[in-house]
Amino acid sequence: AFPKRVKVVEVGPRDGLQNEKNVVPTPVKINLINMLSETGLSVIEATSFVSPKWVPQMADHTEVMRGINKLPGISYPVLTPNLKGFQAAVAAGAKEVAIFGAASELFTKKNINCSIDESLERFSEVMTAARAASIPVRGYVSCVLGCPYEGKISTAKVAEVSKKMYSMGCYEISLGDTIGIGTPGSMKEMLTAVMKEVPVGALAVHCHDTYGQALANILVALQVGVSVVDASVAGLGGCPYAQGASGNVATEDLVYMLNGLGIHTGVDLQKLMDTGTFICNALNRRTNSKVSQASCRL
Amino acid sequence: QESQESGLPEYIKIVEVGPRDGLQNEKVIIPTDIKIELINRLSKTGLPAIEVTSFVSSKWVPQMADHKEVMRGIERHPGVQYPVLTPNLQGFHSAIAAGATEVSVFGAASESFSKMNINCSIEESIGKFEEVAKSARNMNIPVRGYVSCALGCPYEGKITPAKVAEVSKRLYSMGCYEISLGDTIGVGTPGSMKRMLEAVMKEIPLSALAVHCHDTYGQALANILTAIQMGVAVVDSSVAGLGGCPYARGATGNVATEDVIYMLNGLGINTGVNLYTVMEAGNFICTALNKKTNSKVAQASFNTGTI
Repeated sequence: AFPKRVKVVEVGPRDGLQNEKNVVPTPVKINLINMLSETGLSVIEATSFVSPKWVPQMADHTEVMRGINKLPGISYPVLTPNLKGFQAAVAAGAKEVAIFGAASELFTKKNINCSIDESLERFSEVMTAARAASIPVRGYVSCVLGCPYEGKISTAKVAEVSKKMYSMGCYEISLGDTIGIGTPGSMKEMLTAVMKEVPVGALAVHCHDTYGQALANILVALQVGVSVVDASVAGLGGCPYAQGASGNVATEDLVYMLNGLGIHTGVDLQKLMDTGTFICNALNRRTNSKVSQASCRL
Repeated sequence: QESQESGLPEYIKIVEVGPRDGLQNEKVIIPTDIKIELINRLSKTGLPAIEVTSFVSSKWVPQMADHKEVMRGIERHPGVQYPVLTPNLQGFHSAIAAGATEVSVFGAASESFSKMNINCSIEESIGKFEEVAKSARNMNIPVRGYVSCALGCPYEGKITPAKVAEVSKRLYSMGCYEISLGDTIGVGTPGSMKRMLEAVMKEIPLSALAVHCHDTYGQALANILTAIQMGVAVVDSSVAGLGGCPYARGATGNVATEDVIYMLNGLGINTGVNLYTVMEAGNFICTALNKKTNSKVAQASFNTGTI
């Protein structure tokens, strides 16, 4: 049986734009988030408080955070890789943050230049400060179904890292198939292992569609009880490990499937498609959403 | 082992429809020798069935005008079936004369679609197919039946599962060995797929069912997964996702064979098909068509230098 309601976490403005080649002007980012705020989405990941040296696309994090309309009932989490980023985020008005772990040592080394244990130490500093400020923290685990460097990732490792982040105080753990290589079999196996350590109500899936498997993977996640799914409007965000390949699953295609299953999301698909059209025009690119593509009969 | 434990079929037969359904819905007319080359390449991938062409009037489907030459020109690999579409008795005879050893008939669960597509009612079309089925039976030629619009119709919108079951039963009763249920405009989702299959499975044995999913709304793999979770063990697909949707300009159509195989491999389900060689065949035809592949697996693999 499927969950009756699914919370859709919109990651387009952060994960999506971060992996788009063209740097998007601040007003466009703000408009994107404002439009998303009108679609019924309850969580919109707004930006990342990371050094602009590493992620130029997110250099305007403070302006974006200050410039967006923050509607009541909607959460606007931001990424905070360390204490410094956390403090900057709070100063800019953030009320929720996210930290990014990984189930792969090599990926962690290449991505943030330290070991998994060292990264968790950094995060614990953020956790302490967040707890003191009553700020909820969402934890991400990357490479849960495979790593671009290590290849296969053991489900035990994913469960271990997830457990550590949950025990630290993350209210939710988003399990990311970072390179999209997972299939319904590996997704099910991984979730079975993680669900022994973290309650299913605190789990989310973050699937990439690089091999076209995202919706099938999300379907099995729903079947085992997961009810939080990350997605990116218009499927923004390519894959940095496979040039020209796609990345995030498109929010429109996800919502279409959930609607068809009679699962409540609160999201207005038409308004979502309109938002996708807006950002694709601004980025001068075609949408990665098949629903959007099919619906455009002009 | 993995697939047995999960209740999924151990083996799934993939029916490759690229050379027919795929090319038929591509704008560029492909020369005969390229079609033959594509089919010959597909014959070497392990695919057990490759839909070759359509013996329909070239006035209606110019892409398939060279049906005789294609049928006669391809290499026939042992253990591989090469079905062809035969809309009526005339097409059937022509197909047999050209060497066909398996044929398909195309019904629909929608009256409007039947009228717009083949200019007759469902009942009238069944009459034509019965003539084909009768001749086929006399000649020991297997017939596959397709039911279009199984999850929705571009003209009528919603289609009842009961209607799909009724048309499927008519085709099965006349002797079709397999019924391929087509989500013609790709509007289906796992919910509607499940409901439709539940209704059809009351009338047709599971082993005689196939699903033919279009990826127009990105739902194909999720729908196929749902079908195989219910025990369906035959899946239609098209190399490189050839074949757009004639009802939604610019939108995609058939699900890509590569993406289906990738999922089935990951599930530990045997297909007998070599994914790498399918990707190569896909690369060949996309180059000939001067278009990008619709397969995400191919896209990702070519760009990581795996190909």
